Amino acid sequence: MKLSLMLGAMLTALFLGAALLSFLWTPAEVTGVNIAARLRVPDGTNLLGTDHFGRDILSMIMVGARTSISVAVIAVGIGMGLGVPLGLAAAARAGGWLDELIMRGNDLVFAFPSLVIAILITAVFGPGAVNAIIAIGIFNIPVFARLTRSGALSLWQRDFILAARVAGKSRIRISAEHILPNVTNLLIVQGTIQFSLGILAEAGLSYVGLGAQPPTPSWGRMLAEAQTMVALAPHVAVIPGMAIVLMVLGLNLLGDGLRDALDPRMRQRPT
Amino acid sequence: MLRYFLSRLTSLAISLLVASVVIFLVVEVAPGDPASYMLGLNAQPDTLAALRTELGLDVPKPERYVDWVTGMLSGDFGMSYTYRTPVAQMVADRLWVSLPLALLALSLAVLIAFPAGLFAASRRGRPGDIGVMAATQLGIALPNFWFAMLLVMVFAISLRWFGAGGFPGWAEPVAALRALTLPAVALALPQAAILTRVLRSALLDTLDEDYIRTARAKGLSRRQALWRHALRNALIPVLTIIGLQFSFLLAGAIIIEQVFFLPGLGRLIFQSISQRDLIVVESVVMLLVFAVILVNFLVDLAYGAVDPRLRSRA
Repeated sequence: MKLSLMLGAMLTALFLGAALLSFLWTPAEVTGVNIAARLRVPDGTNLLGTDHFGRDILSMIMVGARTSISVAVIAVGIGMGLGVPLGLAAAARAGGWLDELIMRGNDLVFAFPSLVIAILITAVFGPGAVNAIIAIGIFNIPVFARLTRSGALSLWQRDFILAARVAGKSRIRISAEHILPNVTNLLIVQGTIQFSLGILAEAGLSYVGLGAQPPTPSWGRMLAEAQTMVALAPHVAVIPGMAIVLMVLGLNLLGDGLRDALDPRMRQRPT
Repeated sequence: MLRYFLSRLTSLAISLLVASVVIFLVVEVAPGDPASYMLGLNAQPDTLAALRTELGLDVPKPERYVDWVTGMLSGDFGMSYTYRTPVAQMVADRLWVSLPLALLALSLAVLIAFPAGLFAASRRGRPGDIGVMAATQLGIALPNFWFAMLLVMVFAISLRWFGAGGFPGWAEPVAALRALTLPAVALALPQAAILTRVLRSALLDTLDEDYIRTARAKGLSRRQALWRHALRNALIPVLTIIGLQFSFLLAGAIIIEQVFFLPGLGRLIFQSISQRDLIVVESVVMLLVFAVILVNFLVDLAYGAVDPRLRSRA
């Protein structure tokens, strides 16, 4: 199982590296239209070929990685930033009205899948990367709230928490100083998984035109633009999809590997 | 059981109420007046006022909310601003595409996941299990709309077994099913991958229980213990996921409809957004949310039927 962790870390590093590199250098200009060189199959000058405007696909994949990763990272940040405190609060007041309110609110958000939230937001504010971030981020909140609450609930029963209460610490201080550090592993693993779901969601939203708007390259919109040309130039449709699959696969393997590495109980059972 | 049912029913009603308020408020704060959008820049003030009255936009907001909700309860979803046809009619037409698509995909996902999950669990740690798990990793990472494009490339463009898109209508059932086959497969496979993993891990959890050891000690083979005892007890987490997946399938269907040019709810939503036909957006989103909440309610009831312990806890 160490192998999958390595593979996941390598794939993730590859895409992170490509996204960072794209700030400094790309093989070609992503907005450089060159109709004469359109729909080229991969060769020496264009390692992954060109699209219907003659733009270099490798460069677009690199900048697209930047879009995908930033949308997903900020969305996970929103989910953690709001979800974790809510989960901690719910667990600290387990069974009380605050707990009930937070958990019912969670159920309600779960009834709006991220795509439906995105549709609502788009209907009101128009499409764009920021709205995609909000849509995916809102959907992440209940995921982290639920996870934090369930992790925290079992911790509240433990002796060291009792000791902290006897020492006179408030529930808020206990949550911040003792509960939070002990659920960090759970959060890291879930964060990786939500990150990969965010990449998929961003791709889907930009595919239907609700995500990042032109000329910002994004993997989902590259696929949407390639759709009418699949018969002529299959590589234009295949390559961005491969990028999504490899990135998501890498993150999932990394998440699974981290869970096994961080949770000693998982080491005993071969999965 | 009755108390369990009633408590679930109350929470269903509250969820729907809150959801309807949220959707109404979000759409109401939308900038841009539908009436002035329809009439364009040079609209006369009195025509505008007349249209606003006709569309019911001059009524105070709380009253409009009550009208909207009571209307929906009696099956009246309002009138489309753009087409001047009842929204209920437009939704009903599209539902005949989206709902069969989601159900077909769900059945396919279950049909693939159950054998695969049972197979993997019965061969825990052996090559067959590792193979299935590797395949599910790939399935989870697959964006369904891209997979749909690949299916079109192979089965519609190269092999010409299916059409690349469009929908002939249910008047020709065979052609209609053929048109929904590739979209359903595209939706089902990533979901099947998730379901397989959940089923496998739920089965492995129950296989560690004492009652499985008892069953084995009484002479049941591993396979018999798996089928008779482990499977039934593993169904609770699997049911939860199936319930959650239904909402993802409905949402996924919205995207997949774009790949195959299917005239479903997804097309209706995107059309209405671009025409600022907000009453349609409002009603369709409410319908989707209603479907999700209802399915989760049914899943909760199913828990009660599968696991008697949960009935008393409510």
